[in-house]
Amino acid sequence: MGIVLLFLIPAMAFGGMAVALVGILGNAIPWIAQHSWGTWAMDPWFQALIKLALLVLLVVMPIASLLTWMERKQSAMMQDRIGPNRAAVLGWRGWGIPHFVADALKMIFKEDFVPAKANRFLFTLAPLMAIIPVFVTFAIVPFGATACPSQMLHVVTDAQVAACRGAVPLQTARIDVGLIFYFAIASLAVYGTTLAGWASYNKWSLLGGLRASSQMMSYEVTMGLAILGAFLVFGTLEPNAMVLAQGPNPIDWGIVKQPLGAILFFTAAMAETKRTPFDLPEGENEVIGYFVEYSGMRFGIFFLAEFIEVVFLSAIMATVFFGGWQFPFLYTDGFHFSGTLFGWNGQMPHIVVLILQTTAWGLKVIIGCWFQLLVRWTMPRFRPDQLMNLGWKRLLPVSLANILITAVVVLAIQAWGAK
Amino acid sequence: MEGAFKKRTSKAGVTVVPRPETLSKATWLPALAKGLGVTMRHFFTNIATGKDIATIQYPEAKAPYPHRYRGLHRLMLREDGSVRCVACMCCPTACPAHCITIVAEETGNPNEKRPAIFEIDELRCVVCGLCVEACPCDAIRMDTGEHAHPTEKRFEAVLGKTDLMSRGTQSIATQGGKKDWRDTEKTP
Repeated sequence: MGIVLLFLIPAMAFGGMAVALVGILGNAIPWIAQHSWGTWAMDPWFQALIKLALLVLLVVMPIASLLTWMERKQSAMMQDRIGPNRAAVLGWRGWGIPHFVADALKMIFKEDFVPAKANRFLFTLAPLMAIIPVFVTFAIVPFGATACPSQMLHVVTDAQVAACRGAVPLQTARIDVGLIFYFAIASLAVYGTTLAGWASYNKWSLLGGLRASSQMMSYEVTMGLAILGAFLVFGTLEPNAMVLAQGPNPIDWGIVKQPLGAILFFTAAMAETKRTPFDLPEGENEVIGYFVEYSGMRFGIFFLAEFIEVVFLSAIMATVFFGGWQFPFLYTDGFHFSGTLFGWNGQMPHIVVLILQTTAWGLKVIIGCWFQLLVRWTMPRFRPDQLMNLGWKRLLPVSLANILITAVVVLAIQAWGAK
Repeated sequence: MEGAFKKRTSKAGVTVVPRPETLSKATWLPALAKGLGVTMRHFFTNIATGKDIATIQYPEAKAPYPHRYRGLHRLMLREDGSVRCVACMCCPTACPAHCITIVAEETGNPNEKRPAIFEIDELRCVVCGLCVEACPCDAIRMDTGEHAHPTEKRFEAVLGKTDLMSRGTQSIATQGGKKDWRDTEKTP
């Protein structure tokens, strides 16, 4: 029961966030825009900024901070320990949740040490180069269906939403290149680790940075190719269109149509996050890592960036392979079933549908994070040669074969019109 | 490729064990699924019941020590509350760490002495228990179950007679042994 609540309460927070977003963008912004001094408010850039800020501040940062707690608690549970339970806020221990506040305080007040021979500019730049790309990539993630602020309390159909004036898409940037944008930005994150390794003037961190760059570049190939199968199946690169193509029926979701692609992408993307079993760049007992010279909040930023990558990987997995914000069998106007259930025909007001969908998205993201932590605390670290073998000799050919087979099947379905 | 995996012995005498690369090994997936199953089982068991958790929350809860755990020394007492020790010097003689210091004094009873000073340096003590073995009159024991307490100065770790007696209780053994043990105990 407790575990269900633990997953459900943060997921419900997303529903609340969606409503707040629709409230701000659908009502407050048009009100401002009515006045002569507020015409700037309808600017799409401004709206995108509000969405990204709300998404990052209300969802991504809290989840990433809570993941630091979740990782310790979950690993403790998996290893028959209790885990953190000492930090307390006014005597409230809360299963160790206050520990992440204590951690943040510790990192802020620790000495900000820069090695004497380090390149100060690049040393300062590296953590930012690591964290900014992962924030920016969240722009393409759809966390809910298109909302119609004026019809919130009514039952609406897809056509009504499409025709709605002032509709608010619950996605920061609906750009056609979609996931290509993600690959482009995510590959920038390599600079953060490489710069950190080089600028520290430390052999260990240099080795860690080298390992990080070689690993991230190798696995990006597989990552792109693995998701290409999903492109072929859904016929689009735009994440929200992918979610719409998957539909509310779980049998149509990406994991059913592209199971191999899902496994390949998950593996490669997990290697991108540089966490165990792919944590060679920061192998504690080997090279300590590219951030060996970093302390205090600079280290904290690397740490946080890693967890945000975990959240982002879950979000992309949910979007491409697990139906995104689709709640199982929930359509825009509610559940569809023949007849009535206790006098209820399954129709739901727009706002309830939106909350359910956003909650479903949040739940998928949290379960994805949970699964990544599970893998991280189950697998031992790879050896460098095993890592390269896995990436180039196994994942790459398999992903190429996956594309080939998918393409043939998609072509056959198109040619013979099979359902 | 089969021949490459044949069991053979190299010149150095190392036995090469064939480990063929099977599909299940090459994909890592079956082993990963197995491992995930184990960790997931532990996770859900501990979330739901917590029955596998081995942690003891130390300051609040303490692990019970084994019955014969050798802790801090104590000096046992007689019926009248005086020390049982007769300053026979068996324990400082047996002690391999030379941590026991006894200075004897007269009691008025011509048959017995008693310790004027009885000091144990707990920093030198190696907790071997030989003093307890050596004691002929059940005066020194190590059954308190306490650790040597942390101190700020070294001399604070030297426990005197009063410290050692403060943990003492009355022993059920007869002081000086039974007088007519031949009558009361049957020889096997």
